[in-house]
Amino acid sequence: MRLKFEKRAEPSRFMLYATPVGAVLLTMLVGAIIFTAIGYNGFGAVYQVFIAPLALSYKWGDIAVKASPLILIGVGLAVGNRAAIWNIGAEGQYIVGALAGTGIGILTKDMHGPWILPLMLVAGMVGGAAWGAVPALLRNRFNVNEVLSSLMLTYVAVHLMNQLVTGPWKDPMGFSFPQTALITADQMLPILVPGTYVHLGIVITLIIAVALWFLMSRSLMGFQVRVVGSAPSAARHGGFSQKQTVWLVFLLSGALAGLAGIFEVTGPFQQMSLGFPQNYGFTAIIVAFLGRLNPLGVILAGIVLAITYVGGDLAQSVLQLPNASKGIFQALMLFFLLASDILIRYRVRLVGAPAPAAVPARSPAE
Amino acid sequence: MTDTPPRLSLRGITKRFPGVLANDDVSFSVRPGEIHALLGENGAGKSTLVKMIYGIMQPDAGEIFWNGERVVIQNPRAARKLGIGMVFQHFSLFEALTVLENIALGMDAKIPQRELEGRIRKVMQQYGLTLDPRRVVADLSVGERQRIEIVRALLLDPTLLIMDEPTSVLTPQEVDQLFVVLRQLASEGCSILYISHKLHEIKALCETATILRAGRLVDTCDPRVETSRSMAEKMIGGNLKDIQKPAGRSFGREKLVVTELSVPAAGHFGVPLQNISFRVHAGEIFGVAGVAGNGQTALLLALSGETTTPDAQAIRIDNAGIGRLDAKARRLKGLASVPEERNGHAAVPDFTLSDNSVLTGRDRLKLAISGIIRPGAARKYTGEVISTFSVKATGTEATAGSLSGGNLQKYIMGREILQRPEVLVVSQPTWGVDAGAAAAIHQALVDLAAAGSAIVIISQDLDELLQLCDTLAVINGGRLSRAMKVSEADINEIGLLMGGIHGEGGQAAAPAVPAGLGAEATSAA
Amino acid sequence: MSVDFLIAVLITVVGASTPILFAGLGELVTEKSGVLNLGVEGMMLVGAVAGFATVDLTGNPWLAVVVAAAAGALVSMVFAVLTLSLSANQVATGLALTIFGTGLSTLMGKSFTGHGIKAFTTIFPDWLANDRIGKVLFSYSPLVYFSFIMVGLVWWFLNRTRAGLILRAVGENDLSAHSIGYSVTGVRYAAVAFGGAMAGIGGAAFPLVLTPLWAEGLTGGRGWIAIALVVFAGWKPGRLLAGAYFFGLLGTLELYAKASGTVFTALLPSEGWAALPYLATIVALAIISASKAGGGNAPACLGKPFIPST
Repeated sequence: MRLKFEKRAEPSRFMLYATPVGAVLLTMLVGAIIFTAIGYNGFGAVYQVFIAPLALSYKWGDIAVKASPLILIGVGLAVGNRAAIWNIGAEGQYIVGALAGTGIGILTKDMHGPWILPLMLVAGMVGGAAWGAVPALLRNRFNVNEVLSSLMLTYVAVHLMNQLVTGPWKDPMGFSFPQTALITADQMLPILVPGTYVHLGIVITLIIAVALWFLMSRSLMGFQVRVVGSAPSAARHGGFSQKQTVWLVFLLSGALAGLAGIFEVTGPFQQMSLGFPQNYGFTAIIVAFLGRLNPLGVILAGIVLAITYVGGDLAQSVLQLPNASKGIFQALMLFFLLASDILIRYRVRLVGAPAPAAVPARSPAE
Repeated sequence: MTDTPPRLSLRGITKRFPGVLANDDVSFSVRPGEIHALLGENGAGKSTLVKMIYGIMQPDAGEIFWNGERVVIQNPRAARKLGIGMVFQHFSLFEALTVLENIALGMDAKIPQRELEGRIRKVMQQYGLTLDPRRVVADLSVGERQRIEIVRALLLDPTLLIMDEPTSVLTPQEVDQLFVVLRQLASEGCSILYISHKLHEIKALCETATILRAGRLVDTCDPRVETSRSMAEKMIGGNLKDIQKPAGRSFGREKLVVTELSVPAAGHFGVPLQNISFRVHAGEIFGVAGVAGNGQTALLLALSGETTTPDAQAIRIDNAGIGRLDAKARRLKGLASVPEERNGHAAVPDFTLSDNSVLTGRDRLKLAISGIIRPGAARKYTGEVISTFSVKATGTEATAGSLSGGNLQKYIMGREILQRPEVLVVSQPTWGVDAGAAAAIHQALVDLAAAGSAIVIISQDLDELLQLCDTLAVINGGRLSRAMKVSEADINEIGLLMGGIHGEGGQAAAPAVPAGLGAEATSAA
Repeated sequence: MSVDFLIAVLITVVGASTPILFAGLGELVTEKSGVLNLGVEGMMLVGAVAGFATVDLTGNPWLAVVVAAAAGALVSMVFAVLTLSLSANQVATGLALTIFGTGLSTLMGKSFTGHGIKAFTTIFPDWLANDRIGKVLFSYSPLVYFSFIMVGLVWWFLNRTRAGLILRAVGENDLSAHSIGYSVTGVRYAAVAFGGAMAGIGGAAFPLVLTPLWAEGLTGGRGWIAIALVVFAGWKPGRLLAGAYFFGLLGTLELYAKASGTVFTALLPSEGWAALPYLATIVALAIISASKAGGGNAPACLGKPFIPST
């Protein structure tokens, strides 16, 4: 017996949406087995990472706070991946966006007014977009693979942040800790639910996601992105420019990553420190895929991955499970999702290998 | 002749793909030393059948006999071991490797390089083929590439050689040279299974013809006694329809004028266009003939606007220079185009037909207004295309990739023609399309011209061009010959131009062109 | 600066270059077969932790190299099954592999934090490395010599053997290779496994050649530099060797910047030195990719899934 893949006449919509759910469920099952095998309480780990955050209502705020940057970065990457343009450097754009906004924060620390926070947010977007513009420029002008350049720039961004946070931007009152001064009241995002960190940025994130969903499905801009990703020659035939799309994708996803970064500074973090990067930029790649590159799907996927962030912390404190475990769960999720992609275009059948007579001339259903 | 078993015998071969019965109970035999034609339209199942003989695919049912013994041919290696050689329609060559390396890859035994080179030279000498084993394939012409395939097959001393549409990329003169080689091989006892849809070639070369239609064997005949028309009708399964060309048309004013158009080579393997000039009048159909790989793709891209030229005046429509405009802007000026490659170039396979209509029709047809797509309008237009051109699809929301090649081509041609472009540039309008659909597409092109559009057809199918066009030029090595009236054109000269021999009168040594070329218009499908 | 100092720098550079050389060689062979595996960083980390654990448990660095190669090859098979058998997107799968390898190595390495290991002793007798020339030639870890041998072997394999010809053919035109009768998927599985094994050894070279201590994420993006290196080298083993040493040198400058301070930091702050290899990679990629010699050499089928009709 062996597996045989048969191409479907049309891609299966059911599989498109069912496979992400299946991937999450399989991750829980296989994750439990793996962690049991290496000597942890596997099922306990799965419970803590995936279920406990949902069961504990006081964790919901945390989930929303962690989901926000994942969704915001994730929708940007979803647009990029639709165009088959690979921005792997969202983490760097997130950091530089945060730095740009924080820079404005430091400049305006003695000032007051409702204009300060919006200015910081805009600076964050500009910073992220500028960092994203580099791989776009390199690809369009010099034909440099954007995967490598955007990733390299992430390392550069981390070192840039380290330099600023340990050097010129270090809080003079901070007992020499490598961190910036806390932001002022005028620089803080309004908190929507008192007693939590649930901030205005979360609402803005959702609005952006829905707007992008509309643009991707109904506008020529979304059409351009989809056609460039699906068939580049056909895009040129239709008069859509590949280079323009590269710019669009990197500026958009860079700006959104930068906005996510400055949301974190003006929201939960209130400052920048060496521990500021939370890998959101990389995890958002998983979010984008798990959300099937559909901005509405990304919202759901962002929540799922946010749960693993919160759950990872829980598992660490409850089960002493190392924090790295959540990375394994996240990677497994992506593996299973990618493995199940084939089910969208193909149907799987078991066929008896040896006897050719056992394969009569009969086509599968229809 | 009667005692020896057939070299190859097929019994009841059946092969299914999801939704298609590619071969249905096919049985026939090939004798030693026989040149046997396998004839059928595109999609009739010829390629599938020979892939099973060569072990690339396995039949779902049926048996293969080799010299009277039942065999199961698991893979191409097993086929070669039996003595089966194959020359593919789409060459299985590696562009970045040398001729020698390419041939070595086709040999199952490991042969030292020097010895292999010696054997290659010997085979080439024996059959009068010329080729430099040290050259990189990317630098070779199409004809030379085919020679690699042939040499590769001959080195294995085959007793059955399968040739899959070998002449579709050759000039008439090269075809003749190939036939000399094939006849020599047959006289030495090698059987040849010759796949084609070109009837005049089969009449000139083959002793037996097996005709397939829609996967089924419809007849086995002797092509030397059949007429081309009778074979064509067996192939198509009906009567041929002639194209209605309004007689005595007069052309309007100059519509499309191309002057000294030059485009540098795109990428490593591209062909540069050099000083191309021609003019097409309203109502005129202008043909560009030539062997594949001589700049046709570059010419189409340059005309469609997918590549632009710095000199705006190099391409003019109604005297307005459009050389610097991209495809979108040129469409607004009235120039539509259909590239040769359907899937992924003319259409997006993953998109619905409606979305594919948006791809090229969004501006002329107002399928998008201020950046927002109008799905209803797109569906309505797509529905029109589907019904006017009898496209077989599950509806306007079927993905382009789910359509058969012929139906997708009908959709694409329809999508452009119904936009009533003032200039239409088409490459290979009927490539891989069945005869009925080809006739419909041809008729639509003629009608569009009659309505006053200027049409450029770039095709490798000379028969098609001779049948459709008013004026014809030949492209070779990125240069376009002078234009000639089809009614006054000399086939021999066209053939020489296709082979890259310029100048009047041709060469004394030019071999005769197979009888009936040009007259065999109906076989073009 | 004395000659001895320069010799010391040279020895450090050679050590720092070895991991990316191994990983880059593996990726080169993988890419030559038409597969783009972006999981090098992940496979290196898995190799590193496997190698470290082996030495920690057995004290045998040779065994560690073998285990690291096996571990790298093993995780690369996850990538192979997904991309080759299930035609999953190679870019996404490679990223998943890196995320997975990073998580796995951190998890497994948790218990080794702070452990030191006994790495290789040199293979040549001490008296050979007595003088300066001897030192330059004979004082390295055996893995360094092994990496040189591998460069030669890979070159020989790709250019002088039939198997290498087949591998290149598969990367150049998978459909043609298939129709002639070669197993495209089989060849690619082997190439991915080799890439995994070499990345595993490259990862293990961190504790075995560089610093005999476990540190989380000790590869620090060198896997990505190795991938860039393949582009930089135009898919040629000889140029890869040169490129690896260039990036090794840049990586070493950071160490000296941190250690010796003023001379370097007057030019560039220490974080700037740390960022230099990544910036240099970007610049190198821009120069190479823009030139004809770069892009044209890429295997024609690189990164494209192979779907035969059956």
